[in-house]
Amino acid sequence: MSALGSVLGLGSALSGNLDQPAHYLNWGPVQISVGNLIMIGIIIVLFVLAIVLPFPKGRKRP
Amino acid sequence: MTTTERPAEHAHAGRRGSDLASRPWTGAKREYDIVKEFVIAVVLVGALTLVLALVFSSPDDPSLTLKTWATAAPSDFVSTVVSELAGTSTSAGYGQPYNNTPDAAQKLGPLQLQKWAGVRIPVDSAQDFVIGPLKSLPQSDITSAALNAWTGASADQQAKWAGNYSDAIAKVPDGDYTKVASGDYGPVPVLAAAELAAAEGGSLDGVVAAQGKFYQTDYTFSLLFLADGSYLEAQARAQHLGGDQWGMMNETGSYPGQSWLWLYTFWYQVKPFSDPNTTVGANADAYVWALMMLLTLGLVLVPFIPGLRSVPRWIPLHRAIWRVYYRRHQHS
Amino acid sequence: MTADTPGAADPVKAPPTWTGRLRERFFGTFPPDKLLPDDQPEYVASWIYVFGVATLAALVFIIGSGLVLTLKGPQWYHVSSFGHFVNSVHLWSVELFFLFMVVHLWGKFWMAAWRGRRALTWMTGVVCFLASIGTAFTGYVTQTNFDSQWISTQAKDGLNSVGIGAWFNVLNLGQMLLFHVALLPLVLGAIVVWHVLLVRTHGVVPPIDATEADLEPVPPATAAASPVVDREPVTEATS
Repeated sequence: MSALGSVLGLGSALSGNLDQPAHYLNWGPVQISVGNLIMIGIIIVLFVLAIVLPFPKGRKRP
Repeated sequence: MTTTERPAEHAHAGRRGSDLASRPWTGAKREYDIVKEFVIAVVLVGALTLVLALVFSSPDDPSLTLKTWATAAPSDFVSTVVSELAGTSTSAGYGQPYNNTPDAAQKLGPLQLQKWAGVRIPVDSAQDFVIGPLKSLPQSDITSAALNAWTGASADQQAKWAGNYSDAIAKVPDGDYTKVASGDYGPVPVLAAAELAAAEGGSLDGVVAAQGKFYQTDYTFSLLFLADGSYLEAQARAQHLGGDQWGMMNETGSYPGQSWLWLYTFWYQVKPFSDPNTTVGANADAYVWALMMLLTLGLVLVPFIPGLRSVPRWIPLHRAIWRVYYRRHQHS
Repeated sequence: MTADTPGAADPVKAPPTWTGRLRERFFGTFPPDKLLPDDQPEYVASWIYVFGVATLAALVFIIGSGLVLTLKGPQWYHVSSFGHFVNSVHLWSVELFFLFMVVHLWGKFWMAAWRGRRALTWMTGVVCFLASIGTAFTGYVTQTNFDSQWISTQAKDGLNSVGIGAWFNVLNLGQMLLFHVALLPLVLGAIVVWHVLLVRTHGVVPPIDATEADLEPVPPATAAASPVVDREPVTEATS
């Protein structure tokens, strides 16, 4: 698996290494990690884009 | 067609009759290739998954062992062992399903669900975590004598010895058990020292887990013992995994966690659930569970809840979703 | 259509055998062109509609990576870099699965997709969400690492407080692992299949405030302004 090993190694080298302490943001009683905030942010952005972005014109079916 | 001429259309389900939404669509159609859609989805989502896995990997913090606990925090280990013998540890006083400690179980108003479940996973903390393992390991003469003294004593005597020693340790700065004042502790100091030595030497992990069996896939005893100490929690809190740190949502390291549990953990952060001096706070697990079951039921039954099922009509995001359709059919 | 065409209504009623009645019932409810259609109502034209299939696609990778993890047992990924990679695929497909599912749920709510006798579709969908959370939970407690030690010792308190922990012992690795790889995937799989079949049989819910008049063909003047393009060119216009 040495080819795979080098690919995995490359991936680790490129990665944002997530094996380090997280940063937390605090607003009042709310405490949220940057990782979770990004996930929730992506959910919201995808939802908005899904509604707003135009959908390709399709062909009619008889 | 004006608004008044439009046939009544309701945002709720289950209406019989000629409701347009409940009939097969006989209007205009557009192309669709369901198999192609699925294949494209699998390819794209698969590619995304593989890239994320390659770039970000996944967390795998190694598990603690009784050995690592005893080595890193011997004072905490010893005071935990003594609390097991004294019957004052969390597991010893937990109540059902581990034992019948009176008034230990949580209540949900008049419902005593925890108690009513009964002792289905019997745990005798002193025996299962300390005495039993020590008896099954090679013992020095001193340890043997201490074990005999312990098992030969009455329950009251045992509680007194262990309670005294536990109090004495608590009085020492940093809980350093090596600096405890002398007192009436019976065989407890010897037993605690023997347990610590076994843990540090690596032999305790196996015997607590295996409980004399060959195959073992149930880690109840090992985990309850570990959780009775402060070391596990200290490691967890350092990574924001504590219950009052929104920990249920979080993951070790900087990985995204379980954001879908946000509402479940939210309640633990606010009063009255967070205040152990209130009835609700003292039974927070039961109350939060009940509240979440109620909210979950609400989510399942949205189609039948007046008001809630009409929210999509009052806040018309659907006008954006179906804007092409509405324009094409000249809906105002 | 003949009696040999799958899904065709038999001109002669099926014999009153259990098999005949079941076949009639099944193909009556799920005719092939509903199960595997190649057209859809004109209003199914928004990106919001891709999140259901995206969720299913993520599930394919959850199951696939999960199956690879079962090949070498629950502790393989601690000691193998390929195993760790497969574990990473499993984690990120789960994160994407929930991400897409939530967008799908939000979309369906704002479309009031339970209309027109589709309440069961909504309800099975929510149950899928809940069953997924439960399945994921059993996964978290069977990682055989620090995370599972902490999660299990914490979760036990919630479950014990309402009596469930007496039967569902999250500290019991063997029990949790079997729930995670056998029992819950089967249960969740069955509910997902049910949910998808309900969508196929009832069709995608029409827009809120759609009217009978919308079913009529749209006049050419409006069609010209409409973004739906005819497949065949209009021959009279070409000269």
